[in-house]
Amino acid sequence: MNRTSLRRLAMAVSLTALLGGCGQPEFTDVEKRTIALMSLSALAPLPPDPTNRFADDPGAAALGATLFFDTGMSRDGNVACGTCHKIDRQFQDDLPRGIGVAETNRRTMPLAGVARDPFFFWDGRRDSLWSQALVPLENPLEHAGTRTSYAHYIKRRFGERYERIFRPLPDLTGLPANAGPFGAPSERAAWAAMTEKQRDGVDLVFADIGKAMAAFERSLVHMPTRFDRFADALARGTAPAGDAALSEEEEAGLRLFIGKASCSTCHTGPRFTDNHFHNTGVPPVVGLPVDRGRIAVVDEVRADPFNCLGKFRDGDEEACGELRFMQKSSPELIRAYKTPSLRGVAGRAPYMHAGQFATLEQVVDHYAKAAASIEGETEIHPLQLSDRERAALVAFLKTLSD
Amino acid sequence: MGSTGRMVVGAFGLVALAIGFLAVVFLTAPAAPGPDLARAKTSLKGLYSIAIAPESGEPKQGDLHSWVVTVTTRQGAPVDNASFTIGGGMPEHAHGLPTSPEATSYLGDGRYRIEGMKFSMTGWWQLKFGITAPAGADEATFNLVL
Repeated sequence: MNRTSLRRLAMAVSLTALLGGCGQPEFTDVEKRTIALMSLSALAPLPPDPTNRFADDPGAAALGATLFFDTGMSRDGNVACGTCHKIDRQFQDDLPRGIGVAETNRRTMPLAGVARDPFFFWDGRRDSLWSQALVPLENPLEHAGTRTSYAHYIKRRFGERYERIFRPLPDLTGLPANAGPFGAPSERAAWAAMTEKQRDGVDLVFADIGKAMAAFERSLVHMPTRFDRFADALARGTAPAGDAALSEEEEAGLRLFIGKASCSTCHTGPRFTDNHFHNTGVPPVVGLPVDRGRIAVVDEVRADPFNCLGKFRDGDEEACGELRFMQKSSPELIRAYKTPSLRGVAGRAPYMHAGQFATLEQVVDHYAKAAASIEGETEIHPLQLSDRERAALVAFLKTLSD
Repeated sequence: MGSTGRMVVGAFGLVALAIGFLAVVFLTAPAAPGPDLARAKTSLKGLYSIAIAPESGEPKQGDLHSWVVTVTTRQGAPVDNASFTIGGGMPEHAHGLPTSPEATSYLGDGRYRIEGMKFSMTGWWQLKFGITAPAGADEATFNLVL
């Protein structure tokens, strides 16, 4: 064979390989646009929260931070928000289910970017960051405190700070040490025996506690990772290099994530979430109470006295669109849970709303199998994924951590 | 160059030619027609002319926003006192709208404000308006691609 024939042969081989789709192809323009929209650089500035006029008040945020880490904010003096939302662990606790005064039924959620959510908790049972913060305080498995106990505690420990930020404290003289709508029967009775004015006064202090904590939580943000540096380089048209480079396997995982595996259908945008609720057939945990997800809390969030349409909201009703126009009765809400952000996901096993899966490999396996939901219809369809493709997806997810 | 070498080159050449031919066929084939994206149409039974428009700029993924629906008779007279049912979803994902939009106010001249619309994903969405007014009940479906 002479040199010309050899060259012709080499060209024929490479042409065949190219047309046959072997090797690592470039991202298409459509893929590049999708990837650019997933970069943290594409995240809009945090919008104001007109329902909390202290949302961007530094004094309120500082008090909120103090309260967030204060174990005095619990019945037994051992539990703070920071007990489960650990500051050095992405504000989560690495446990299948959080443990406050006792073990809860749900996985502790990380808090970066939380102020951007329209609804809170895995099932969206609250509609604002400040009303969310109030629920664990009275949950018997979490802080287990009562409403009057928190008002008394604020007056005793932080009275001057509170009044400087918010307003004069109501007269708490003679109010029971422990009374509230969710406590023990005697505590509920004591709450019912208070005058409406007394209850309103305590509720107002309680709402302010939530507003201070929300002001603090608004400062918890996502940090850029290797994926963001890669996406930004791609968007600029420069070759991602150094700490912006993805390996061939990670790139293959990204291509699957936004392509064949359809992960980005829900895990979309810079936060990798559509902020909505979906039934993905995640199995219940044996031994836990029946958990029907979003459908079970529709009435609860609409009836919550601290919701956007209630009297503790600041600003006007215009801000309440998410609550007013939420889905209320669709069968899609059965066993639907929030799409969590995937930023930092590789560093916070276990996964799902009750810690059902120990590893990302198990999560990918669940989505590939797409088992039926025990109630309602899963939105997931079975998917053929090779071992190499599964590994690539997991490799890509890890680029959202470093 | 021996005969084996020639055969190998020839074989590769043929494969390349065949793939090239297929590529031309696929690339020049007419693309599947996309959904009808018209924002003004006659309702299904022909009772009304319906036009829809976002109230303030094209909607962005995930943003709660409003639309204005204009209902006129086929002769062009504005329709007052219309009531609406609003549904829809993503046909390719077999799910409905992520919110429950409602007609919240009448703006005059057959125009109605629809609040609480949200598109939680990019892709093909359908909006289905059921319209009931003195002339009768009818419906219209619009497609949007985000």
